[in-house]
Amino acid sequence: MPMKIRINDHQLIQWIQGLITKFQVFYPLQDANSGVVHIQKATGSLNSDAILKPVSGVPKTSIKTFFMPQPEVIARFSIAAQDAEAFVLKEPGTALQTQVLLNIRPCDARSVALNSMPYAEDPYFQKMLKRTVIIGRPCDETCSTCFCELVGGSPHGTEGMDLVILKTEDGLALEVLTQKGADFLKQNPCAESAGLQPTPQQQGGQELPIVAREMQKKDLLALYNASFWPQIAEACINCGACTFLCPTCYCFDIQDEVAGTKGVRLRYWDSCMFPLFTLHASGHNPRGQKVQRVRNRFMHKFKYFPDRFGPVSCVGCGRCVKDCPVNIDIREVISLMQAV
Amino acid sequence: MFDQKNPYLPYSVIIDDIVVETEDKSLKTFKLVIEDEGIRQNWNHTPGQFAMLSVPGKGEAAIGIASSPTEKGYLLFTVSRIGSLTTALHQLPKGARIGVRGPLGNGFPVNSEFKGKNIVVIAGGYAFTTLRATIVYLLAHRQDYGKITLIYGARTPGMLLYRNELKDWEQSGLVECHITVDREAPGWNGIVGFVPAVTERVAPAPENSVAVVCGPPIMIKFTMPALEKTGWKDEQIYLSLENRMKCGLGVCGHCNVGPVYVCKDGPVFTRARVKGLPVEF
Repeated sequence: MPMKIRINDHQLIQWIQGLITKFQVFYPLQDANSGVVHIQKATGSLNSDAILKPVSGVPKTSIKTFFMPQPEVIARFSIAAQDAEAFVLKEPGTALQTQVLLNIRPCDARSVALNSMPYAEDPYFQKMLKRTVIIGRPCDETCSTCFCELVGGSPHGTEGMDLVILKTEDGLALEVLTQKGADFLKQNPCAESAGLQPTPQQQGGQELPIVAREMQKKDLLALYNASFWPQIAEACINCGACTFLCPTCYCFDIQDEVAGTKGVRLRYWDSCMFPLFTLHASGHNPRGQKVQRVRNRFMHKFKYFPDRFGPVSCVGCGRCVKDCPVNIDIREVISLMQAV
Repeated sequence: MFDQKNPYLPYSVIIDDIVVETEDKSLKTFKLVIEDEGIRQNWNHTPGQFAMLSVPGKGEAAIGIASSPTEKGYLLFTVSRIGSLTTALHQLPKGARIGVRGPLGNGFPVNSEFKGKNIVVIAGGYAFTTLRATIVYLLAHRQDYGKITLIYGARTPGMLLYRNELKDWEQSGLVECHITVDREAPGWNGIVGFVPAVTERVAPAPENSVAVVCGPPIMIKFTMPALEKTGWKDEQIYLSLENRMKCGLGVCGHCNVGPVYVCKDGPVFTRARVKGLPVEF
């Protein structure tokens, strides 16, 4: 049973054009004026060049917004006294249609697989996962800020993708990676894709990246009490940009909002960089100091997460390196932690 | 995790009764009845577990369950009026509808490690709530445990919680009670002094015993040496941590103490476990 087929440029564009008529399709596009790459919704005027040859550079924001919408309605309720069901929280009941993420980089696709670990039993995340088809694209060029291999990824990795568009010596190929990808292709065939089957994926036995194994072996309190944390935290202004741009930062806050007699319970992205994140109602704050918060972000990614789930919670996209206003470089933090 | 298909949706409950517990009126006990009969009858929890109380429009807060699972048909939560959610809750009248999401976390191991042992309950201030649940549970299964000792202190006699029950326990002789207040007060004939000092005086024996200690950090800090003096080991001492929480399911990231989530891995930990963690609580 074939797992991939060759397709030509025309077939790919035709396929995508077909998808756009049925689904919401998003792909990275470079803004003509600023040069910044954003993941944008595909419209009728498709940028064929940007589809055939993906724009270089990491998109400004990650794809986590497609799995953890900002904000996300998790319940609705009424506060009208005469309403028999006032103050009863109900599922939002929003119908979710299939969304397609096209030309997704291996680092971003992998972040979805990593986030699926803590969110394994989260009904909202799982619904978003189910509705989303990720069509990945290997990276031809790396950037000066990215480091996927250091944290267990690869510019040609396919973890988290359902389908992948490959460049071969004589054109393009479409490979099926998951059953979801196969089912999607069956309903939305591309060229001769009808009988394609998913490529058998390595299951479970995948070896953890060196950095994860190293961190797992390290003593928790030795890392926590290491002397370099104040030095790393010193420049930090606790703006939280790193956590919002990070594809694998997944913390959230829950808030209620009421307008008139209708209310919603929302979940928002939150950041462990903010003092309010841990503030007790009593005024006590277990991470009231900046150094404690900065340490928590890195300890979570490289010690707490691997201890719980295996891999490190970082895909090496480099967004935090690129956009940190005070130039904190996560790669330097990793090497300091490795040296403990 | 509890058996709700969507663990973010609370069960609807009605406030069936409200008792003002303390003289300053800052603590009220809410008796809640789950509206759905099936869920109400199937409800079960372990003393020490907590739930998210939900006032739709205001939000949620994690509160320890003050009733024992042996008290059927209702749930008790003793709530201090301290933040925006608890203030909103304190303003609600009897009959109001709110939400309960739970039970969450791990309670005290009353059906495993505690079985057959002497139980020493040490509490300070309003941290007594889940320990009330524990004592009621132990008394409902009295034959399964050894001696039960309670050391409980509050600032003033009027700040003691569950005063009628304390009297009952003492008079029944089923619990050895050492109830103390911080300083002399008119009409108070009981013990005067801080919980650590009383603990040192009572000096509960560590043999075949476990201790559960809940209270303000300062009380816990000075109670530990009092226990150590009489030979208590860290593995015998159970603490209940609290941190700011949002999901209560180990996902949202707010309550972590190093690698553990207070909501999912706790809130109950042995002192031995807590000692291996960063001090982020």
